[in-house]
Amino acid sequence: MHSCIAGIKMTWLPVVAGLLWVFVTGFIEDTYSTEPVATPLTDTVPWPTTFNLGRAATAAEIKSWDIDVSPNGRGLPAGQGTAITGKIVYQTKCAACHGKTGEAEAGVKLPAPVLVSDTVFVGRKTNTIGNYWPYATTIFDYVRRAMPYHAPQSLTNNEVYAVTAYLLNANRIVKADAVINANTLPRVVMPARKYYVDDDRKGGAEVK
Amino acid sequence: MKQNHQQNSNTPTKLSRRKVLGGMAAAGILYIQTSLGKTIQPVLPASWRKSDTPADDLITPGPGPSKLGGRSPYEKPVRLPSDISSRTPLQDLLGTITPSDLHYERHHAGVPNIDPEKHELLIHGMVNKPMKFTLRDLKRFPSVTRTCFLECSGNFRSGKETMTAQEICGLTSQSEWTGVMLSTLFREVGIKPKANWFLAEGADAAYLTRSIPTSKGWDDAMIVYGQNGEAIRPEQGYPIRLLLPGWEGNMNVKWLRRIELSDQPFMTREETSKYTYAVKDKIRQFSFEMDARSIITSPSYPAKVEPGWNEIRGLAWTGRGKVTKVEVTIDAGRTWQLAQLQEPVLSKAHTYFRLLWYWDGSVTEIASRVTDETGYTQPTLKQLVDYRGADMGGYHLNPITSWLIKRDGSVLFKPESRK
Repeated sequence: MHSCIAGIKMTWLPVVAGLLWVFVTGFIEDTYSTEPVATPLTDTVPWPTTFNLGRAATAAEIKSWDIDVSPNGRGLPAGQGTAITGKIVYQTKCAACHGKTGEAEAGVKLPAPVLVSDTVFVGRKTNTIGNYWPYATTIFDYVRRAMPYHAPQSLTNNEVYAVTAYLLNANRIVKADAVINANTLPRVVMPARKYYVDDDRKGGAEVK
Repeated sequence: MKQNHQQNSNTPTKLSRRKVLGGMAAAGILYIQTSLGKTIQPVLPASWRKSDTPADDLITPGPGPSKLGGRSPYEKPVRLPSDISSRTPLQDLLGTITPSDLHYERHHAGVPNIDPEKHELLIHGMVNKPMKFTLRDLKRFPSVTRTCFLECSGNFRSGKETMTAQEICGLTSQSEWTGVMLSTLFREVGIKPKANWFLAEGADAAYLTRSIPTSKGWDDAMIVYGQNGEAIRPEQGYPIRLLLPGWEGNMNVKWLRRIELSDQPFMTREETSKYTYAVKDKIRQFSFEMDARSIITSPSYPAKVEPGWNEIRGLAWTGRGKVTKVEVTIDAGRTWQLAQLQEPVLSKAHTYFRLLWYWDGSVTEIASRVTDETGYTQPTLKQLVDYRGADMGGYHLNPITSWLIKRDGSVLFKPESRK
């Protein structure tokens, strides 16, 4: 073993000596800087004004993707419906998961949330559109984008208006013959709206 | 290596099997190529044994290198799935990174199958230049990596003693995320001064939407495509998701397809009828930051402790910056001791803590409580109920979690009543 290592040493001695010389003189002649280099935490190359990546979106592209509805009615499409037509939509497309009327039924565990109740917030058994939802426009937005669960975005705008009208009427918020459309829906005042407050906690010692 | 599923070790081949095996035996090795292409070595006949070592089992080489690694067959951590979510096995984790396949899930219409070549992100609304970005575009922007936790804001279950940490609060996980800062994209499209909010929309079947203050976009929001060194998992939003460090999981919209800038929040279903909660006679909305929380994960149900030296270990985190201390009680809250925090303590990240504990075999109760850099200390359930009322719902609950230590060493969760 020992002689073997010695043998290697003998063979490589000139090479090792040569490397050592380069290494040492390298430092002496300051070929390699020994100054510590600060690790840059920001880009070392200034950013361009734009990276020129991506492309301009066309008005048609935006229109086909932009389906959201705001509380002020922005985004509501043409069309309309009433609770009378909406009841048929509800029974055909919604009742299987949300129950016959949308109201809680004793002894029945529905696969989807209960939607209908009176409008009394204090003492409610479950959160519904009537006792908890703050904006009527949210019903239209959510039903249009996500319902029915197994076939979202399959309803026409008239059907969405109609089922929105049905749900508002079932929750004792609008009359059965109220016409719900882009003008009337944002004006519906939801009973629970007045209870909503923004979270104002910012950390600190207080538990709220 | 191309696999041939038709060919197995019994299929005749051009080379005679006897010849190959004979050659291998001559070299002192016996390998068999299985149908899956893995090389294994079967146990050699007893008559071949030359060693005098009285070993019960022969020492044999194991499988060679492979394309994809896997867990030891002795380790079987699993998520706990329900119809709408799956939970991370916190009691099985070692360290602070959640393996990607154990990251918790919560989705509202299943996991979509998205072709990354066809996926685009649209940014529009109150911007100077509405734009679309492909995944390739997004990956070319300056890329940032950050480790932080995610937590569903409805992450507290209680009710019985035989509950694991996974069942109590397994809707939190931690990954190293990689992507582009949202501020980098804001800079490209030009955000109008009055655009205080933006909508984030997913490409799942629910087209899930949330409104987010634009300030978060300028602060530390990211659009991420990487998770723990590889492409983000489908359950976590493949190919891209929004990442809002420290903010409730639901806002970190997965399968992100659209961002719309506006001067007001959109009041989507997920920020009105959901992810809000009763506080006395009011409904609190827009609770974004996750409050500081900790839990002892070892020992925890169903583990058993033995008398003598043990180490209490767990995770602590806060959505408001860094964890500054974790205190642990081993005497049912009479005294609290400082636990050691594992460096580096990262902002908005699961932080590992530990405390040496000599268990003398007596019945007791152990628990942890965290304090964050804002001075907020994790409350008891009673403190939360006292302020919010028993009707406070299930969101943003972060109570101190106690474990009962029984005389036989069994560890049980201590459920507490809200009334």
